[in-house]
Amino acid sequence: MKLTENEYGVLAKRRSPNTKMYKTVPAAFAVGGIICCIGQLLTNIYRSVGIAETTAGTLTSVTLVFLSAVLTGFGLYDKIAKHAGAGTLVPITGFANAVVSPALEFKTEGYVLGVGAKIFIIAGPVIVYGLAASAVYGVILFIIQTP
Amino acid sequence: MSRFVKNGTVEMKNVPSIVSYGSAVGRMEGEGPLGSCFDYVSEDSAFGENTWEKAESRLQQHAFEQALLRGSIAESDISFVFAGDLLNQCTGSAYSMRNNGARFVGLYGACSTMAESLCMAAVFADSLEGTLNAALTSSHFCSAERQFRFPETYGGQRPPTSQWTATASGCVIVGKHEAPPFIKTITIGTIIDMGIKDANNMGAAMAPAAYDTIKTHFENTGTSPEDYDLILTGDLGYVGSEILRDLFLQDGVLLGERYNDCGLMLFDRKKQDVHAGGSGCGCSASVLCGHILGRIKSGELKNVLFTATGALMSTTLVQQGESIPGIAHSVHISFDGEQGG
Repeated sequence: MKLTENEYGVLAKRRSPNTKMYKTVPAAFAVGGIICCIGQLLTNIYRSVGIAETTAGTLTSVTLVFLSAVLTGFGLYDKIAKHAGAGTLVPITGFANAVVSPALEFKTEGYVLGVGAKIFIIAGPVIVYGLAASAVYGVILFIIQTP
Repeated sequence: MSRFVKNGTVEMKNVPSIVSYGSAVGRMEGEGPLGSCFDYVSEDSAFGENTWEKAESRLQQHAFEQALLRGSIAESDISFVFAGDLLNQCTGSAYSMRNNGARFVGLYGACSTMAESLCMAAVFADSLEGTLNAALTSSHFCSAERQFRFPETYGGQRPPTSQWTATASGCVIVGKHEAPPFIKTITIGTIIDMGIKDANNMGAAMAPAAYDTIKTHFENTGTSPEDYDLILTGDLGYVGSEILRDLFLQDGVLLGERYNDCGLMLFDRKKQDVHAGGSGCGCSASVLCGHILGRIKSGELKNVLFTATGALMSTTLVQQGESIPGIAHSVHISFDGEQGG
């Protein structure tokens, strides 16, 4: 090769198409927005039947997680996510998909070493750093609030 | 006995024949532009099995059986099997061959394995009189995804440079000098790493290796692109094949219309959602066995330089921040069987 690694990197980058953001960003915005609207609608329905606000919020999360799990099971969630990107990844439905999909995939290796060991293979980092962040937040809160 | 020329190039003295070949693919490949060319198309991506790993082995068996069938060859007549796939420990091949008693050599060359195994089979056939040698590779989208990327139902988005692992397999059986297609020369490639770290851009990682092997092959055999009807790379996809054209253009060599890539031929990039094209051991194997060898046999194509390319990475090494080494091997397959040519 006559080219150096840097020169080749420039050539490779020139030939590598970028993500079409004019398509992906609006799609993510629309689908993510629709999921949030469904969430709000569910909260309103639960509230209208006399459920307390905090319980209605919890029920909304549970319902969305359930819907995402069902759609994942039928192989539909990934088909929507292909177009929606972060629109389906960021809401709680994305988290459910990240847990349900390895559970389904690794069932062939058994319930312990397959499902059990690999269920958090994607969601694991979110849980680990989410918990770590909450611990740090708790310490900060403790320091601030201690007179 | 084959003759070592230099720098990886080996000339076949007896010019062995490709006595038979077979291909098997999944549904999506069957719906692609070459769909009608394949010997076996399965509507069921699981190939009647209950795991994706077993599905891949079953797929490979189909290609092997189709090759035996086309050549009216008994399984026991095969002297050596050179087989490989993408799965850890080469299990796709080992499990497909575990019950048939074949003398088995497992190979790993990532997506270059079809050319790698064909090189081995050619040298064996050329040097060991009376042997029938099978070169066999496969890849399965679902078994590769779960090993290299994400679960099948995970909602991820692929970048435009990513390629789609083909659910496909091909088998070539090489024996004594008989009838076309003939294998004339091979060039074993060297590992080239130009610092590409993006596992979603295999084409860019492998293109320099393809360039190096093809260029070396031209130099060692005294040929140029004009001597071939078709220069065919394994699975560089859209990105890698454009880069390959650029690299040759820098030497003043225009590959032009005679150049194509199996990854661009297997799928319709406009209609099928495969981004930069197909990949996987089975991609070049099925295109070679389903679409190319028959056309050489009939004389429609006289000289083909088949160069399968592989990215020799693992998810572990990529996660450790290492760049991706590429490899490519070339096989000159010809209608003309003139010896010592």
